[in-house]
Amino acid sequence: MTMEAQADRIAWPEEAEAVERPRRRWLPFSPWHLVLFPLALIMLLPLVWMIVTSLETQAESLHFPPVLVPGSLHFGNYPSALRSAPFGRWFLNTFIVTSTVVVSNLLLCSLAGYAFARIRFFGRAATFMLLLATLMVPFQVVMIPTFLIVKKLGLFDSLPALIAPNLVSAFGIFMLRQFFRTLPVELEEAARIDGASRLGVLFKIVLPLSLPALATLAVIQFMWTWNDFLWPLIAVFSQRNFTLQLGLTVFQGSHDVFWPLVMAGNVMSMIPMLVLFFAAQRYFVRGIATTGLKG
Amino acid sequence: MATTLTAREAAPAIRRRRPRSGRFRRVAIVLLFMSPWIVGFLAFILYPMLASLYFSFTKYNLLQPPEWVGLFNYKFMFLHDPLFWQSVRNTVWIVLFGVPVSIVFAVGTAMVLTRVKVGSGVYRTMFFLPTMVPAVAATLSFVFLLNPSGPINTILRLLHIPQPLWFASPQWSKPALVGLSLWAIGETMIIFLAALLDVPRQLYEAADMEGAGPWQKFRHVTLPMISPVIFFSVVIGVIFGFQYFTQAYIASGGQLHLGEPQGSMRFYAVWMFQQIQYSHMGYASALAWVLFLVVMACTVVLIKASRRWVHYQGGFR
Repeated sequence: MTMEAQADRIAWPEEAEAVERPRRRWLPFSPWHLVLFPLALIMLLPLVWMIVTSLETQAESLHFPPVLVPGSLHFGNYPSALRSAPFGRWFLNTFIVTSTVVVSNLLLCSLAGYAFARIRFFGRAATFMLLLATLMVPFQVVMIPTFLIVKKLGLFDSLPALIAPNLVSAFGIFMLRQFFRTLPVELEEAARIDGASRLGVLFKIVLPLSLPALATLAVIQFMWTWNDFLWPLIAVFSQRNFTLQLGLTVFQGSHDVFWPLVMAGNVMSMIPMLVLFFAAQRYFVRGIATTGLKG
Repeated sequence: MATTLTAREAAPAIRRRRPRSGRFRRVAIVLLFMSPWIVGFLAFILYPMLASLYFSFTKYNLLQPPEWVGLFNYKFMFLHDPLFWQSVRNTVWIVLFGVPVSIVFAVGTAMVLTRVKVGSGVYRTMFFLPTMVPAVAATLSFVFLLNPSGPINTILRLLHIPQPLWFASPQWSKPALVGLSLWAIGETMIIFLAALLDVPRQLYEAADMEGAGPWQKFRHVTLPMISPVIFFSVVIGVIFGFQYFTQAYIASGGQLHLGEPQGSMRFYAVWMFQQIQYSHMGYASALAWVLFLVVMACTVVLIKASRRWVHYQGGFR
């Protein structure tokens, strides 16, 4: 409950209470803007430059000194990027992997999280400690054997290789368990007395009440999977099975990098994240605040 | 709290209603609900951990079966592998320098953000936006921005500031990576912002009554109150610092140039990845286990040390 309250308090933009001193004013605005404004511009610079470069010609992108305002906007860089590499394919791959992982995590983490939150069983505390301990294991430690398992299953260099190890996450179970425990138990008890099964209670009562937590988990899992780099680098070999993150590195190999196309690819790889961010801002903020305060 | 109490109160009623047979059913249900995680845990955590521990005592190139060599990999690592020590130095640099700088910057930005009213939402979005850029794209765009004759160096030249070669120079490659991590500071900043807004206003008022100056208020009110979050960020920063990989991989120029220039971006995880490329699976596993043990040890030390300086307020958790 505190997690919810905390997250809601910082749900931006306007709810935050700013601590502004009533002081002698020598500026028509708070002097802190003099720090924040340049800093914010610096933060935006790489993004702006990425977009500008993606609309320039190769000559302009390599011009010295750099051209900030291109002579004309070359939107054609985007279709050329799509043609010069199987970007569409990589998009589709990343989308398939990410959506499968997100959906399966929502379902499977809910099941286990509910068992941890509401069903008393022998060894629950110990099992839960085990779950938390797995959060500490660096991926590098399990990477090589996981690669061998995937190979043995005949999944090497395929999309299922990227999906299988990530179908259920300890973090998701932990997060949902924490949330389920904050729900009032009376509704569930009433439904149980009316003869509903555990599964029925979970799907008809608990999950509908947990939509914010589920959305937060979905957003976090989406970010992780969409941005994952190391595992795809190991588990996938041929370009047709690349994810976007791997695909972007293809351009790097050659010596004369065609920057406008790279940047066009960059921008395209960001778009889903940005759309998601603006559509689900509060879940991002909530997710980060909860992982931060409760992790 | 209240909910758990009611759960406990309500439980006996259910137990009375369905005595013996209910027990087995419940075990069956628990197993059913947990089975996906149990399978995942066994197949992708427990077995791989044990397997990589075993591999770490073997010579294994994927073609022949693993051949037991005892502690050879570990001895080789510590005694005969200069690049291992290079990767350790680079990684320690990131952990000891990059992590604190990022945290100080995040705290500073968050504190300044709490000071302004007008446009604070816009600022927050602007500071957070870079976090949304996937690491690969972010690093690529920094490689472009910081290329020796690129935009940043042009600006520096106009200001008559010396222009480093950034990712092309062994001295400046790691600072450039720190710059990249400062750019993507949004997440940490949001966590600190939440913590700062959570500090009860009365504490500052009380400090004002005592005549405390801004520094004293920061030192004796703000800092203790946000110390749990600082602690959390340090732990996470250290854990991820030791595993630093993606940005270094991209910034050094990919697969064929790992660690360049002059090994200045050969971080621990990069060196381990190179061993996998050479099919030195046994040695790579030994590296992984040393990483694991070091991360565990650091976490334990940080937790032990935290009792001295982390201030848990009753209502915080």
